[in-house]
Amino acid sequence: MIALLMRDLTLATRAGGGFGLGLAFFLILCTLVPFGVGPQGGTLALIAPGILWVGALLACLLSLDRIFALDHEDGSLDLLATSPIPLEGVVVLKAAAHWLTTGLPLVVAAPLFGLLLHLPAAAAPWLILSMLIGTPALSMLGAFGAAITVGLRRGGLLLSLLVLPLYIPTLIFGAEVIRRGAEGGSTVTPLAFLAGITAAVLALMPFAAAAALRVNLR
Amino acid sequence: MSIWEYANPVKFMRTSGAILPWAVAGAALCTVSGLVWGFLTPEDYKQGSTVKIVFIHVPAAMMAINIWVMMLVASLIWLIRRHHVSALAAKAAAPVGAVMTLIALATGAIWGQPMWGTWWEWDPRLTSFLILFLFYVGYIALWSAVEDPDSAADLTGWLCLVGSVFALLSRYAVLFWNQGLHQGASLSVAEGERMSAVYRYPLYLSMLGFFLLFVALLLIRTRTEIRRRRLAALQAREARA
Repeated sequence: MIALLMRDLTLATRAGGGFGLGLAFFLILCTLVPFGVGPQGGTLALIAPGILWVGALLACLLSLDRIFALDHEDGSLDLLATSPIPLEGVVVLKAAAHWLTTGLPLVVAAPLFGLLLHLPAAAAPWLILSMLIGTPALSMLGAFGAAITVGLRRGGLLLSLLVLPLYIPTLIFGAEVIRRGAEGGSTVTPLAFLAGITAAVLALMPFAAAAALRVNLR
Repeated sequence: MSIWEYANPVKFMRTSGAILPWAVAGAALCTVSGLVWGFLTPEDYKQGSTVKIVFIHVPAAMMAINIWVMMLVASLIWLIRRHHVSALAAKAAAPVGAVMTLIALATGAIWGQPMWGTWWEWDPRLTSFLILFLFYVGYIALWSAVEDPDSAADLTGWLCLVGSVFALLSRYAVLFWNQGLHQGASLSVAEGERMSAVYRYPLYLSMLGFFLLFVALLLIRTRTEIRRRRLAALQAREARA
C-alpha cells in the first residue's frame, strides 16, 4: 500500500509539473481578484475568506480527473482492482496522494495568499486550520466524482458539474471559520461542522467511490 | 402477488396503461379546478393579487423535493434488488423534478419582486432550492453521458444516494450561513393552520393536482423509456442478424 502511494506521488511530481499546477492556479486566481473587485484593502479583507476557499475548490478540481483517468487508460486500474488491496483502500490511497500533491501545498501556501488579499493577521491560524481540516474532504469527494466519470470520454466538464455542488457545505463552513476567526468570534461551531463533514466523508465515500469504480471497470 | 412483480416490464406496461388515463384525467381536473378556484379567491389585504401565485409555487416546491425523495427510493430499489423499471422510473422522474424546481424558483422570483423588492435573495430556502436544481442537472447530465444503460443506472443511483445526503447537508449549511427572508411553511401540521380556509382548500386541490400530474408524467415517461429500451434491443438484434 505504501508502494502504491509512493508510486502515485512519484507520478504526480514527474508528470509535467502536476505538483505545482494547483498552486500556480491559486496564485493566478488571487492575482485576478483584486483586478476584478478593485484593490481596496477593506473590500478585499471582507471577501478574502470566501475567495480563498473558492480558489481552493477550483485548484482542487483542476487535478481531479487525474486521480483515476491515467490508470484507467493504461489498464493499471484493472490490475489494482484485482490486487489483494481492496478497491476501497485503493480509493483512499489515491485520494491521499491527491491531497498530498494538491491539498497540502494549498494549506502551506494559504497564509501567503491571505496576505495578498489583505486578510487580517488574526485570521491566518484559522485559515490554516480550516484548510487543513477541510481539504481532505475535497480530495475524497473528488475521488468519488472521478470514479463516476472515469470511463467517459468527456468526463472533465461533467466531473465539475457533479462535484462542485457536493463541495458547498465544506465551502460554507470553511469560509465561516476564517470569517469568525478574523472577527475574533467563536469558531467552535463551524469548525465542529467542518470536522464532522470531513470525518463522515472520509468514512463513507470510499465505499461509494469503489462501487462506482467497479461499475466502470465492468 | 407482491409489489416486486411490477419489475416485470410487461406487467408494468399493462398496469400503468390502465392507470394512466385516470391519472391524466385526475391531474387535469384537479390542477385546472384548483388553479381556477385559486384565481377566483379574494385578494389578500397585505399581498394583493400576488398571493394567488401560491397555488403554483407551493405545489411545485413540494413536488420538487418529493420527486428527489422518490428518485432516492427508486435508486435504492435498483441498487439493492436490481429492478430495471425502478431505475427507469428514477431516470424518467428527474427532468420533471428539475422543471418543478425551476417553476418554484421562477414563481418565487416573480412574487418576490413586488413583495420583497428583489428578484433573488441569498436566503436559505432559495439557495437550497438552487442547489437542489444543480443536483438535478448533474443527475440528468450523468444519465445522458453514460452509454451502457445498466452502468448509467448504477452510477446515477450512487450519485443520487450521495447527492441526497449532501442536498440535506447543504440545506442546513446554508441555514447556518445566512438568516432568511422567506416566510415559514404556509401549511404545517405541527403549528396548526396559519392560512385562512379561503386559500387553504384551493391550495390542497392544487397540490393534489400537481401530485397527479407528476404521476401521469412519470408513467408516460417510464413507458417511453421501456419502449425505447425494447426498440434498442430489437435494433441490436437486427444488426446482429
